[in-house]
Amino acid sequence: MANFYKDIPELKYHLNNPMMERICELKERGYADKDKFDYAAQDYADALDSYDKVLEITGEITGEIIAPNAEGVDAEGPHCANGRVEYASGTKQNLDAMVKAGLNGMTMPRRFGGLNFPITPYTMCAEVVAAADAGFGNIWSLQDCIETLYEFGNEDQHSRFIPRICQGETMSMDLTEPDAGSDLQSVMLKATFDEKENCWRLNGVKRFITNGDADLHLVLARSEEGTHDGRGLSMFIYDKRDGGVNVRRIENKLGIHGSPTCELVYKNAKAELCGDRKLGLIKYVMALMNGARLGIAAQSVGLSQAAYNEALAYAKDRKQFGKAIIEFPAVYDMLATIKAKLDAGRALLYQTSRYVDVYKALDDIARERKLTPEERQEQKLFSKLADAFTPLAKGMNSEYANQNAYDCIQVHGGSGFMLEYACQRIYRDARITSIYEGTTQLQTVAAIRYVTNGTYQSVLADYENILVAPEFEDYMNRIKSMDSKFSAASNAVKEAGDQELLDFLARRLYEMAATCVMSHLLLQDTNKEPEMFKKSLEVYVNYAESEIEKHFNFIRKFQAEKLANYRKA
Amino acid sequence: MGYKIIVLAKQVPDTRNVGPDAMTPEGTVNRAALPAVFNPEDLNALEQALRLKDQFPGSTISVVTMGLPKSAEVIREALYRGADEGFVVTDRCLGGADTLATSYTLSQAIKKIGKYDIIIGGRQAIDGDTAQVGPQIAEKLGLTQVTYAEEILSVDEKTRKIVIKRHIDGGVETVEAPMPLVITVNGSAAPCRPRNAKRIMKYKCATVAAERPAEAASAYAEMVAKKPFLNITQWGAADIEADLQQVGKAGSPTNVKAVKNIVFKAKESRTMTGADADIESLMVELLNEKIIG
Repeated sequence: MANFYKDIPELKYHLNNPMMERICELKERGYADKDKFDYAAQDYADALDSYDKVLEITGEITGEIIAPNAEGVDAEGPHCANGRVEYASGTKQNLDAMVKAGLNGMTMPRRFGGLNFPITPYTMCAEVVAAADAGFGNIWSLQDCIETLYEFGNEDQHSRFIPRICQGETMSMDLTEPDAGSDLQSVMLKATFDEKENCWRLNGVKRFITNGDADLHLVLARSEEGTHDGRGLSMFIYDKRDGGVNVRRIENKLGIHGSPTCELVYKNAKAELCGDRKLGLIKYVMALMNGARLGIAAQSVGLSQAAYNEALAYAKDRKQFGKAIIEFPAVYDMLATIKAKLDAGRALLYQTSRYVDVYKALDDIARERKLTPEERQEQKLFSKLADAFTPLAKGMNSEYANQNAYDCIQVHGGSGFMLEYACQRIYRDARITSIYEGTTQLQTVAAIRYVTNGTYQSVLADYENILVAPEFEDYMNRIKSMDSKFSAASNAVKEAGDQELLDFLARRLYEMAATCVMSHLLLQDTNKEPEMFKKSLEVYVNYAESEIEKHFNFIRKFQAEKLANYRKA
Repeated sequence: MGYKIIVLAKQVPDTRNVGPDAMTPEGTVNRAALPAVFNPEDLNALEQALRLKDQFPGSTISVVTMGLPKSAEVIREALYRGADEGFVVTDRCLGGADTLATSYTLSQAIKKIGKYDIIIGGRQAIDGDTAQVGPQIAEKLGLTQVTYAEEILSVDEKTRKIVIKRHIDGGVETVEAPMPLVITVNGSAAPCRPRNAKRIMKYKCATVAAERPAEAASAYAEMVAKKPFLNITQWGAADIEADLQQVGKAGSPTNVKAVKNIVFKAKESRTMTGADADIESLMVELLNEKIIG
């Protein structure tokens, strides 16, 4: 039977990254739990071994239960009756298996019943699950909303809610409304304080809520009457056990059919404040979204892996003109490019998750004790890197997932257009990844400040100083020359001092930065594990050079006054 | 109130990966040449036990296996899925056992464990395919047996009766039996739940004494003293007070003459009525074909 973890050796390679030692040390507080909990890690080797074993369980459930159920779940989908969501039967089986395997609340501290896993191995589980069924991946991965409750909720809320998530209850993040999509400042769901019952009451409508009938909801609502912007919004916890929220309908979507996307009606629903008033959007939802974006990056990599698996299997099997189509350059070009984007995107994903891991662990330690000056510096550095890398990982991987799914169908030819093959589901499921949790255009908005303030340039400069084996020096030189083109292009745009021009060219600069970063990461991986990555490095650097050249030429030749030709009317 | 459940498990060669060296010249299974796995139907049995434990908190599940020291792997697998403790019966003199010697050895081990309400195992192991060990254990312990079980439907705590759905030719049958009893579970029963993350972290270093390298003995002793759950009980023939004439090769009347690859050529099955005429025509046919007589 397939094991979606063991079958992909690249995952174990990334799990064994040297940065994990520091991450484990921080997350485990020097292995302080080792005598308090019978399942706690004893040391670094033990922790890594446990991650490996738990990933193996996830890979097994994914291969034996979730993947075989995916087609049925896609066809059946969830149903809405009497204001409640009924999952597809396969979804229920999937969820039951994941809960029995204890794969919930994975990153939560052990005192709440969690596994105390860093974000990186958790993200790997999310990738593995999404490779089998991206829609189910949403339902399961929404458990990471608990991170936000853990970071900003009080102790009483921790003890009441976190153990329930660790035991397998599900979550949702209720942000979007009919008139507040990308622009969450416009959220209107009303929160009023009920003096008599000493609780908050929520009234209004939320739309496009993934897993909207979850057990626990984090809700963005307007608590400050008369306000109209983000500063009047607070975050609330709604517990389904209290009632008051009904599902009005489930959306009929292009893809991720297993994941119920709900319209919710709040009728005087009892809720409690999470954290402080007015910080709902500006602080908590930003944290929530960053976690979710990493999750979508993982989902996208999973989909790219699925696209590669399907395309490769078909290309080996399908014979035309007397040979397997994989023999034809036009076909192996597509396959090699899918694989290269997959390997490059995955390298970016886990580099990002490691950056997130370091600063989040330090943030958490800072809640227990004062950090040393060195630790504070480390926290600041990694927090910045995480903020700079998360939009790259989310945006680029979601775009790659779409491109890879497209090429996967192309490899299948006419058969790919028929509904019998998995590639069409992958294609439909991938489509949402570049839209939700912030479109690629919004990832660009989040990333562009790191283009203009030189963060990416300084990261690239650091990467340029990493020594590689002589056989890979040529790649390093080629990537360095890409880096300088990126620097030249971003400096030119910055110097022009035209905000609209910067906004207009931002996407191209963003892609240049990401492409350079991924080239470096893939080179570093190849240097450590040549057999696993050298083909992808060659293919990716060829691809990256042409991408950089394309954007460089566009930006160099573009004149601000020509923007008029793009503006509507 | 809970029940004391004993699960019988066997480590078997994975017959999905059979090579030319799968059998020894003596006609027994060459275990060294095949990857070892948890016998599939024993996993179905374990799931039935775990469901009882879910339903009746306070129940305990003890898993017993007979085999080489490395068969402790099935105990660990069972612990990962929710079993409470395990016993590996291992001894040189137990080798080469047929079903008679195996059922004797296991029944001695069960007696040594002592109290039990339900003994449950797979219908048969994929290496021997005899389906005899479970029923023989029931006979040796003087217990009721229910074979080909597909699901335990209910347990009545007052009357101590258990209702079981059996998989039979062409359908299912529901039977009621008194505890204590032996149940053997069919492969059509619910698959076993996955391994649990916390339990795998807790038990991954659990071993039987014979698995521990001699040079690391003191490190293990220290670890086990601190965490007794990391010790899987190991019993030899003497521990279970076994009569050496009834175990291993000595206790096995079965002799394997040869092993051949056989392709079944059976035709489609026929269904006959119980009418005298039908029975008579079948008898005549079987006599003519020299199948009986």
